[in-house]
Amino acid sequence: MAYALQQLINGITLGMIYGLIAVGYTMVYGIIGMINFAHGDVFMIGAFIGIIVLTALAGVTSVPLGLLAALLLSAALCGLYGFSIERVAYRPLRGSFRLAPLISAIGMSILLENYVQTSQGALERAVPDLIPGGITLMNENGFVVQLSWMQMAIVVVTLVVLGVFTYLVTRTPLGRAMRAVEQDPKMAALLGVDTNRTISYTFVIGSALAAVAGIMFLVYYGVIDFYIGFNAGIKAFTAAVLGGIGSLPGAVLGGLLIGLIEAFWSGYATVAYKDVAVYSVLAIVLMFMPTGLLGRNEVEKV
Amino acid sequence: MTAVAANLKDSAAVAFIALLLFGPFLGVQLGDGNAGNLTLSTRPALLGVAVALTFAARFLMLLWQGRRPPAVLTRLTAWVQQSGKFVAPALLIFAVALPLIPGVENAYIDLGVLIMTYVMLGWGLNIVVGLAGLLDLGYVAFYAVGAYSFALISQNFNLSFWECLPISGLLAACWGIFLGFPVLRLRGDYLAIVTLAFGEIIRLVITNWVALTGGPNGIDGIAHPTLFGLNFSMAGGPGTFAGFFNITPEPGQRITYLYYIILILALLTNWVTLRLRKQPLGRAWEALRENEIACRSLGINLRNTKLTAFAIGAMFAGFAGCFFSTREGFISPDSFTFIESATVLAIVVLGGAGSQLGIVLAAMVMIGVPAMLQSLQIYRMLIFGIALVVIMVVRPRGFISTRKPTVLLGKPKVVLT
Repeated sequence: MAYALQQLINGITLGMIYGLIAVGYTMVYGIIGMINFAHGDVFMIGAFIGIIVLTALAGVTSVPLGLLAALLLSAALCGLYGFSIERVAYRPLRGSFRLAPLISAIGMSILLENYVQTSQGALERAVPDLIPGGITLMNENGFVVQLSWMQMAIVVVTLVVLGVFTYLVTRTPLGRAMRAVEQDPKMAALLGVDTNRTISYTFVIGSALAAVAGIMFLVYYGVIDFYIGFNAGIKAFTAAVLGGIGSLPGAVLGGLLIGLIEAFWSGYATVAYKDVAVYSVLAIVLMFMPTGLLGRNEVEKV
Repeated sequence: MTAVAANLKDSAAVAFIALLLFGPFLGVQLGDGNAGNLTLSTRPALLGVAVALTFAARFLMLLWQGRRPPAVLTRLTAWVQQSGKFVAPALLIFAVALPLIPGVENAYIDLGVLIMTYVMLGWGLNIVVGLAGLLDLGYVAFYAVGAYSFALISQNFNLSFWECLPISGLLAACWGIFLGFPVLRLRGDYLAIVTLAFGEIIRLVITNWVALTGGPNGIDGIAHPTLFGLNFSMAGGPGTFAGFFNITPEPGQRITYLYYIILILALLTNWVTLRLRKQPLGRAWEALRENEIACRSLGINLRNTKLTAFAIGAMFAGFAGCFFSTREGFISPDSFTFIESATVLAIVVLGGAGSQLGIVLAAMVMIGVPAMLQSLQIYRMLIFGIALVVIMVVRPRGFISTRKPTVLLGKPKVVLT
């Protein structure tokens, strides 16, 4: 019981991080219908900016202040990365044939990974435990269930960020424009929505969310390298697909599910096969629900 | 003059964004410290150069945009598009003759083997992506199945390359069908992610099933192919190729032999594809690519059509994998990562999905050029990534974007895909 509770806590924490990245995938997919393969690497860039900012601020003793600075700077710069990536690699290909943006995105992903590798080295980078301690929830025959401050911080930050994001999408003119472009870009443009700008903002917001996830990953695991984006990106995309791509609550739900599957599989079966478990669940769910858990079933016409 | 001023202003804005983007990565560098005592050093010169280059590149791009491309360039493109008729035979003659040209170093023949392997993979994937329109991001899984089948069967049952080749292809085809079943109902990007997941699952199983596959250490000492029982050992003597023909053994002989094997395998792939395109099955694939619903409405069995595409595509990947494993003599899961799938897919798309000749050209560019850049080791993949983006942006439809219609009514015409 205690062990399961501990895995549940770990799984939810991990799921929150995946969920944040998945939101970026699903937004971009919803609005321009392409897999933004480089999104996982934007997450990695966010984590790296975080470690660089934290190192630069080594003199600042207040941890919350340092983390806040890292979070804001990383989100801002990653937003800029997302904006630039869209401008350079995707916009010229909009309306082109279906596979072109995908290949361009894969190229962008390889480019970003190697850009970080060549500029910062291939070594793993580590930060010390920034938010130590936690509370003990229960003690069952010597097995202690810990809820660390770090995990609580991650869950709280994710909920706050998602709250702001939901407000943005449902209550602001920008959100309305985004939803309009998602439904029908041409009609939205005819009604005076600046589609290009809306798509740019989508990339900026999605990338900023990935940056937040990157900082949390950095703080939670303490170790990053230039390759973390690939795995996290694929899992987050799996989460987005599992939840039904294009659906924002679906992305968060999918992220949570992936995090829980991973945590429970590592806890009760073999750690080595945890990714196999995640991908198998994806395949099985899609076999029976081809549009994911919360996805809309699109009516196709010839 | 105002145009120049506007261009300068635009370039300055781009340079400023570049400054922000490159700042944390090119401008500073993390030291090699452990957790808690990481250090930062600055490199303003590198950052300055990068920003200046961005400025110059943007300015030149804006200048270029203002003009029309010179007529020579458009004519050249048109010529390349139309030249398929004699470029293909010329390339084929060159490919057949390459090892026979005196003075060609073994390294070049070896590079030829590598390129040809990717040409074969590209042609195989083209059946799935280019003809049937099923986006497969896990093609490398079948390549791995072929490679590991050969390594395991040849070592455990003592079979030779030629006996294992069909078995590898068959096993890969079975896996193609097996993995094809769950994805029959999926479309487009859902299909892409599930195939990617399958590719990763196979790689992870190979990595973790140490008892069978040797895990991350891979399998060593895989048999090299023989020519009617003659091996290519350097020792010479009876039973070897050199001994039988009474010549001095050279490494070149084995490489040349491998070269012709892969050439024949690749040409076989091409021939099968071209023949299938003219048959009902190939027509069904192309109908499926153009429109799934219309295809189904016309009474085409979608399940069989999709599964045959997966199976035949996978079979050729299995052959290629079998060849890869005999050529290298050593395989490990590192050779079957997602980047391989991405490279093969990039070759197919860059070639202009559906064009056989385009795939050859794309493989020569994507594999040949990085191999030539060996000296730039760490920048190689960086350049590869940049090249993918740039080529896609400049030529979104690939090198050869015209596709010959399968069925002709009257005079042949060229259609834009």
